[in-house]
Amino acid sequence: AALTGGLRFQVSAALREGRVTPTELCQRCLSLIKSTRFLNAYITVAEEAARKQAEESEKRYRRGQPLSVLDGIPVAVKDNFNTAGIETTCASNMLKGYISPYNATVVQKLLDQGAVLLGKTNLDEFAMGSGSTDGVFGPVRNPWSYSRQYKEKSIPKSHSDGAESNWVITGGSSGGSAAAVSSFTCFAALGSDTGGSTRNPAAHCGVVGLKPTYGLISRHGLIPLVNSMDVPGILTRCVDDAAIMLGSLAGHDPKDSTTVQDNFKPFELPNLTDVSKLSIGIPKEYHAPGLSSEILALWSKAADLFKNAGAKVIEVSLPHTCYSIVCYHVLCTAEVASNMARFDGLEYGHRSDMKKSTESMYAATRREGFNDVVRGRILSGNYFLLKQNYENYFIKAQKVRRLIANDFVKVFRSGIDILLTPTTLSDAVPYMEFIKEDNRTRSAQDDILTQAANMAGLPAINVPTALSERGLPVGLQFIGRSFQEKQLLTVAKWFEKQVKFPVIQLEEVKRHDHTVLQHQKSASFS
Amino acid sequence: QKVTVEVLDHLEHLALVDFRDAEGVERLQKAIEFANQLHEVNTEGVEPMDSVLEDRCLYLREDDATEGNCTKELLKNAREKVEEYFVAPPGNIPLPKLEERDTFLQGS
Repeated sequence: AALTGGLRFQVSAALREGRVTPTELCQRCLSLIKSTRFLNAYITVAEEAARKQAEESEKRYRRGQPLSVLDGIPVAVKDNFNTAGIETTCASNMLKGYISPYNATVVQKLLDQGAVLLGKTNLDEFAMGSGSTDGVFGPVRNPWSYSRQYKEKSIPKSHSDGAESNWVITGGSSGGSAAAVSSFTCFAALGSDTGGSTRNPAAHCGVVGLKPTYGLISRHGLIPLVNSMDVPGILTRCVDDAAIMLGSLAGHDPKDSTTVQDNFKPFELPNLTDVSKLSIGIPKEYHAPGLSSEILALWSKAADLFKNAGAKVIEVSLPHTCYSIVCYHVLCTAEVASNMARFDGLEYGHRSDMKKSTESMYAATRREGFNDVVRGRILSGNYFLLKQNYENYFIKAQKVRRLIANDFVKVFRSGIDILLTPTTLSDAVPYMEFIKEDNRTRSAQDDILTQAANMAGLPAINVPTALSERGLPVGLQFIGRSFQEKQLLTVAKWFEKQVKFPVIQLEEVKRHDHTVLQHQKSASFS
Repeated sequence: QKVTVEVLDHLEHLALVDFRDAEGVERLQKAIEFANQLHEVNTEGVEPMDSVLEDRCLYLREDDATEGNCTKELLKNAREKVEEYFVAPPGNIPLPKLEERDTFLQGS
């Protein structure tokens, strides 16, 4: 039971009361990582370091002096965060073998509070993608592909290779982190979110995915994709845990000048009982083309849930929503063109054997190190930044960005507290189907519901809501006002309590043996 | 409107990344077509937005060194180094011209 428990109530309490020790917990997670290796959620497992951290934590608990509620809690970190002494690859050949000389601020904060870092999770190369399928270490498999819930609903092509050919994607780009949390191999994971990369896989893997307000959590040590939109993302199994993680990570960092200097106070989430003072906005443009009828129905049901509980539920308009993907496409590729320029083989990462000249060495290094997706974005970005295109594309996109951000300002100014929208257009698709379309097309389709929050820098969260007809998770998204995470999470927690999302029933596939590892009922506390 | 070979060549020089094949070039074409949708939006009188934090003052700190002295750490990740230097091949040699370069664009 402790293994599936949330930070807040079960596991933390169990540690404090000595019902389970940090080393036991660590060992259980490490074993589970091994037996779920087919998910390909982890790129690096830092076994020795994790065990040492667990031992140190145990000593602290014996003295009755845990560092924090996170002390001894196994966590995983997306492989685009720098972790001292541990390889950081961004799932790219460009950084294979790169051992970070420092910890990203968020990683340091977790370690300072006693969390046990199990390893680095898989992603799309350099976080570019919405499937976690385009990394150099291969795709991540959604744990729900192996759930009883999915298997019951699917028609396998043949008796023996049902899951093999039918497995579904995690979504992305933080798919490894989402899969790790979803399959119980860790209690919380860090992802990153630039266009929806934390919320999208959270929705597909049935976990909570929080995108904080831009400027709240330090990006120092997070290998940048789009400096003006990137944020570290938090993935957990329940909203309360996300609040705890947020409390441990938020706050000004002198090493990241884009973090705000406001005094951040960690908070406990109240148990909301009265929603009558809430104003929930339903943006009509989020009824986007391609939205599955299933999700539309779920969204509607959720709106009714709030209405019946006494909240004001109002249809609103964010007229520039349909342009957010195009806008993102230009701004993202432009910033990527700049951010990827640092990879030249000279100071770190892959270096080509080409010796003729500096430029030809750089070109060869980048030719060998980057995949098609990355190269494509760099070239597009450079195109939009050419003198003759700068005004028409880059500046134009920046203007459209303001229009998108203003849409939200207007809506929140009109008295709306929180927006309720779907997170994804459908449940997770099978890998074989996903790869039929190219990365850019997929990203353009999948990011449509999540991207605008990054454009405007607003906090947003995916809350797992229900299972689809195919037995796969579907989540809904709440978008809040800037720096109003407490309100956002309070509402999310209330909603989570109402919907009672089912626990995944994972069947562990052993080689010749199908053993059902039935996990205990409650995932957290409800 | 197709992107000319001159521009493609120019991009390869600027980005130091190659198109690799026809698919790469097609990818750029499609990206441009996609981006052209931006021109449908009326942005008359709208200021470009650099950052969502534009209304705040950027954090500045005192010009005091608070960390550093990590030369050894930093050099660990470099492949070619001599003493405390990163070693690069000869500079100031421009990338070979299109005709002399091993690039897909040569055939175009």
